[in-house]
Amino acid sequence: MEPISCSVLVLGGGPGGYVCAIRAAQLGLDTVLVESGPLGGTCLNIGCIPSKALIHAAEEFHLARRFATHSPLGIRAGEPSIDLKTTMAWKDGIVSRLRGGVYALLRRASVKVVNGIGILRDGKTCVVDTDMGRQEIAAEHVVIATGSESMPLPGLPFGGPVVSSTEALAFGDIPERLVVVGGGYIGLELGTAYRKLGSEVTVIEAAERILPQYDAELTRRVMARLSKLGIDVLLSAKATGLDRSGATLRIERSDGREQRLPADRILVTVGRRPRLGGFGIEELDLRMSGNAIEIDDQCRTSMRNVWAVGDVTGEPMLEHRAVAQGEMVAEIIAGEKRSFDKVAIPAVCFTDPEIATAGLSPDVARAAGYTIKTASFPFTANGRAMTLEAEDGFVRIVARADNHLVLGLQAVGQGVSELSAGFALALEMGARLEDIAATVHVHPTLGECVREAALLALGHGLHA
Amino acid sequence: MVERIITLPDVGEGVAEAEIVEVPVKVGDPVREGETLVSVMTDKATVEIPSPVEGRVAWIGPEIGQKVAVGSELVKLEVAGDAGAPKREVSARERPTSTGSATRDASAHAAALPSGEEAVSKGPARPPIPAPPSAPARPREAARTAPPTAPAKPPDRPLAAPAVRAYARDAGVDLRFVTGTGPAGRILREDVDAYLATGARGSESARGLARNTAVEEIKIIGLRRRIAERLQDTMRRIPHFSYVEEVDVTDLEALRADVNETRKSGRPRLTMLPFLMRAMVAALREHPGLNARFDDTNDTLHRYGGVHIGIAVQTPNGLMVPVVQHAEALTIWDCASEVARLSEAARSGTAKREELTGSTITITSLGALGGIVSTPVINSPEVAIVGVNKIAMRPVWRGAAFEPRKIMNLSSSFDHRIVDGWDAAQFIQTLRALLEAPAKIFMEA
Repeated sequence: MEPISCSVLVLGGGPGGYVCAIRAAQLGLDTVLVESGPLGGTCLNIGCIPSKALIHAAEEFHLARRFATHSPLGIRAGEPSIDLKTTMAWKDGIVSRLRGGVYALLRRASVKVVNGIGILRDGKTCVVDTDMGRQEIAAEHVVIATGSESMPLPGLPFGGPVVSSTEALAFGDIPERLVVVGGGYIGLELGTAYRKLGSEVTVIEAAERILPQYDAELTRRVMARLSKLGIDVLLSAKATGLDRSGATLRIERSDGREQRLPADRILVTVGRRPRLGGFGIEELDLRMSGNAIEIDDQCRTSMRNVWAVGDVTGEPMLEHRAVAQGEMVAEIIAGEKRSFDKVAIPAVCFTDPEIATAGLSPDVARAAGYTIKTASFPFTANGRAMTLEAEDGFVRIVARADNHLVLGLQAVGQGVSELSAGFALALEMGARLEDIAATVHVHPTLGECVREAALLALGHGLHA
Repeated sequence: MVERIITLPDVGEGVAEAEIVEVPVKVGDPVREGETLVSVMTDKATVEIPSPVEGRVAWIGPEIGQKVAVGSELVKLEVAGDAGAPKREVSARERPTSTGSATRDASAHAAALPSGEEAVSKGPARPPIPAPPSAPARPREAARTAPPTAPAKPPDRPLAAPAVRAYARDAGVDLRFVTGTGPAGRILREDVDAYLATGARGSESARGLARNTAVEEIKIIGLRRRIAERLQDTMRRIPHFSYVEEVDVTDLEALRADVNETRKSGRPRLTMLPFLMRAMVAALREHPGLNARFDDTNDTLHRYGGVHIGIAVQTPNGLMVPVVQHAEALTIWDCASEVARLSEAARSGTAKREELTGSTITITSLGALGGIVSTPVINSPEVAIVGVNKIAMRPVWRGAAFEPRKIMNLSSSFDHRIVDGWDAAQFIQTLRALLEAPAKIFMEA
């Protein structure tokens, strides 16, 4: 095949890669995107989107089951049933619609998409084995956006009943007994969904508490809800392997006692790692930061004109970070002056209840040397939360004591993921407590709690 | 215990006040007899005031940089022993004080006691010298005992909305150099515009350069202050008139080299300066009006028979002008020795007062740094100063051809109130003729 010569070669069609490609093409750069799988990457195909679809379906089913037994709302309905195949088809429909959208956007922007595994020969050329033969691509700039992959657990390799989140998002049936190894957000989101769909769910976490990267004040609500839903959470416990039958998981408890858990499926969600193998990336001998490619605040790697964006650059492995990086890299290549100067990368856990965070938690702020003012406003004092049966949770604000600059905003509660945009906006704009307190918030909404928290921090709360 | 009060002595020659330039002791220090308590500066000499006795510093009056009158109290010492055997010092005297603070009263009381024994026994009971509320020892002590402070606040990144950050980046402005005027120091778009308007560009930092906004405050004291005051006064009072002429010193330099080559051992190496001094002595015989001091407050000009040549000398502390007295009575070798001796004394700070005053005309020279022209400032109240510029080999038209000649400029200034341009030019031309034919310098008048 005729070799291609271009300005920008993007290796990987996930959110970081495809956004980078679209933006580069918009800016007039001759751009090629190489992707071996479906466009949209982890997020769109096997991550954020399908998991949120499944979580929503599970929640709806859970509600319907509640109406069949008891509801304070007075709603009575018959015993519901669920056809998981239809659920999965609906979910896949959303994924394929979005994927089609990505194709269309790339085409409209005139990005050339090459299907196949791209292997970098050096920092300027890439060889792709396509269905139509070997394609050589020479580029002035290479953007590595190969993403991440589920980390396996030693002693519990993927295969058979042991699955990663990818398979768990496409189960053919609802497992009777599901064991989730790893109490991070992926495991808890999926574990909760399958519990709501009817599975017996046990979560095994090696640390002393779930969601270890969040503070206990936030995770306590999730923990309480898990136990109310009937999910067994074993903390300080390690999965050591399967017994010979393959149907029982061996677990070592904190007290050294071994426990055996019968399981139809074992979902291992102990984390994700940058995907580096099989792309010739290792041969470039780029400077690494742990197991991720080291980048500076412009996403430059240690090799000139070789850039890296998204999960392959390490934590936090979040779609919105990858997108922001990809967009920025395209603009820098096009000659604009940009740097990754975000005040905060907000994050959401779609657990039940949800957790939304942006900026510094009180402990982190104190550890960073700030003298702070902090306040929490509970949803129990919010009218809208009552009408939504969503009184569990609160909004918390963290600000500098001296000039009231907001350093962080956190919330736990039903639907608080939608508050995260406001959190990030407040931090990026450099809002002070007074700014939030002086902004009219719509009544009745959950968002009112943000203003009330700011008022509390200022020492004159109105509704608490 | 008795208290001895050290006052500023009369440091001579009608000096009414002096500036405190150094106080090597502090309250509470024990001092030995002869140890310096205070250094004061008068005119251009520094005088050290020694402690007349052994004792302990109880009080220090003036601060560094302060001017004090003769007779003012400088230091109070607590001295063991009886008050009945006072040894009067020029700079120290005991006196019972009748007014003032409790401390004073107590010391006065102690001083009045006839018996030293009792005085000593009273000593420990004496109230300690009350420290002023701002005494530095207090807060320092407090800080030492204070609980360890929280870790320093991390350096904050510039606070600005994303659009302002993008605007600044596009304009090449590093927001760390921009002062925010918004709430909590938030940088507004207007702040970036204001920064750009001042012409300061953020790209400085991209080039590895950054604006240094440090301002160091240096108190001008001592010699530097005296120099500043005198020069200010001189420039205000004396309308200067400067005149530059070039002098062919080829022959003079040849003579100088020869003399240096063949000089007797023990004689100093001759620089240009002693030749110039001898030439000036000769020239001033013809132009006595320039060897003078003008007392403009009394409208009186003092013309001097003797030629006392001030020699401007750079010292570590600044410019000083030691004086070669009666140059008319010195041989060229004496002139050279005297210049060397006085320069060294000035640099080491050991010049005596009389060696720093009384000049009637001054020479200033920066040697190899002399440049081609300078505008010397008259050493007031004199009426003339002769500046020596560097010697340079230059092509000179000598009737038939250009010849390489050693040329030196003389840049001189005159008090135009007293010296007319004509007279000044005449004087310099005489000087030039002497220097160009150096044998004439040494001919009898």
